[in-house]
Amino acid sequence: MVLGGGTGGTLAANRLRRAYGDREAEIVVVDRDDEHVYQPGLLFVPFGRADAHGIVRSRRRQLRPGVTFRQAGIDHVDADADVVLLDDESVLCYDVLVVATGARLLPEETDGLTGPGWLRDVFTFYTLEGALALRRALAEFDGGRLVINVVDMPVKCPVAPLEFCFLADDYFRRRGIRDRVDLTYVTPLDGAFTKPVASAKLSGLLEDKGIGLVTEFNTGTVQGPDHAGIDRGAGRLVSYDERVVPFDLAVVVPLHGGAEYVGRSPGLGDELGFVPVNPGTLQATVKSNVFALGDATDVPASKAGSVAHFEGEVLVSNVLRFLAGQPLADGFDGHTNCFIETGGGKALLIDFNYDTEPLTGHYPGRFGLPLLRQSRLNHLGKLAFQQFYWHSLLPGRNIPGIGSAMPARGKTQTRR
Amino acid sequence: MPIATYAGHDVIVNDEGFFADPYQWTEEMAPYIAKAIGIDELTLRHWQIIRFMRDQYRAKGTGPTVRILGKTSGVSIKELYQLFPSGPAKTAAKIAGIPKPRGCI
Repeated sequence: MVLGGGTGGTLAANRLRRAYGDREAEIVVVDRDDEHVYQPGLLFVPFGRADAHGIVRSRRRQLRPGVTFRQAGIDHVDADADVVLLDDESVLCYDVLVVATGARLLPEETDGLTGPGWLRDVFTFYTLEGALALRRALAEFDGGRLVINVVDMPVKCPVAPLEFCFLADDYFRRRGIRDRVDLTYVTPLDGAFTKPVASAKLSGLLEDKGIGLVTEFNTGTVQGPDHAGIDRGAGRLVSYDERVVPFDLAVVVPLHGGAEYVGRSPGLGDELGFVPVNPGTLQATVKSNVFALGDATDVPASKAGSVAHFEGEVLVSNVLRFLAGQPLADGFDGHTNCFIETGGGKALLIDFNYDTEPLTGHYPGRFGLPLLRQSRLNHLGKLAFQQFYWHSLLPGRNIPGIGSAMPARGKTQTRR
Repeated sequence: MPIATYAGHDVIVNDEGFFADPYQWTEEMAPYIAKAIGIDELTLRHWQIIRFMRDQYRAKGTGPTVRILGKTSGVSIKELYQLFPSGPAKTAAKIAGIPKPRGCI
């Protein structure tokens, strides 16, 4: 039983389907809707470079024949009894459960964020609705202060807000009004990114592009601009330690938590609704027949599609081992890689794992894509990735040369 | 790694001043660590958080982030910032003698 038909759930179900004969296992995927969003595409929507029809497909149709798709909301999981209770009050039993319900946005947990100004002057591009509304607002924006704010970690794709800054810089340059736009990136971290080498590189890029950086800012309140008063007041981000960043337009990445039903399922989730798992085997701590992958887990890796992809191989081999009564393999090393759009038709690529931070060199080997360096090739790689996503990653195919474990070859020094 | 002296005891800390070994920490050191980072007096409310940090570290191997502190410690984020003005999770971890909370990646 697989909960969630997103990146992790779909590729896990398809890999399991291929691993077992039709009579050996019944595989069911549960999701509350039939819309699979290619989430990396959301970044391009506000700039008019991607559309809804290009990035949304049927969840059901990404599943191999022989996988049952059940469209229903989940009420809770009773791990003791090995059952899932659905919103329609039906009860599904399982031998093995795979939790892949991802992360949920919690804008209402930040004071003022969904108040006056929400989807008018204050936006997020982490939903399709938000990204489309932001596209209209950006088109009308002819100058002023644009802030990009991450409220707190963890968030899906921690580089996406930085990419948004770079693409916004590029967008306003093309429109010939960059000199009238004040761009500022406001982060709770002590630098542009979590990992030192990449953080220094990305801070440098922000500076080169004239984008301001405000660090260690824990957003307490978001106030939309006051359009009604005689002194039309600017919007404000106010931190818990009472620093203020004024804005005319704000792009906010809200707090994230796990799926709502996780909180209603005894023992399944942590304080934020993420599912604690062994970071190597992906077996949940709640019970031995529960596994999780993708954004739904608490592993100390980025919440990113590449992680779900690399986890998929390990998870499926461990489900097979579990059902065969064999010891699990401690196989997942935290491998993550991300293309980072830097504007002007270029991108960076970073590749890292639990122990090794992003390094320079090439991926996946000496003659591969350049790491931590802006290049046209990486941008083309990012664009090509969308086709790869639908046709190789979701079907759960192994790609020659791109394994689950992080490659060390092709990289300049490895410091642990 | 650098050595710091609190309440007459030498302890090993990292470059940012966090304890290398949480088991070197004793309660009598806490007021001295606090003073060194600008908190002159530890109230009962401070102690509630310091003990919470120690318990969480023992249970999970890492201290909580400020968001989790706000949800689980019984003290609101606003008050946490009043108690530990320069970043509650980091400051409280330092005073409690545990490593810097891992945050997220």
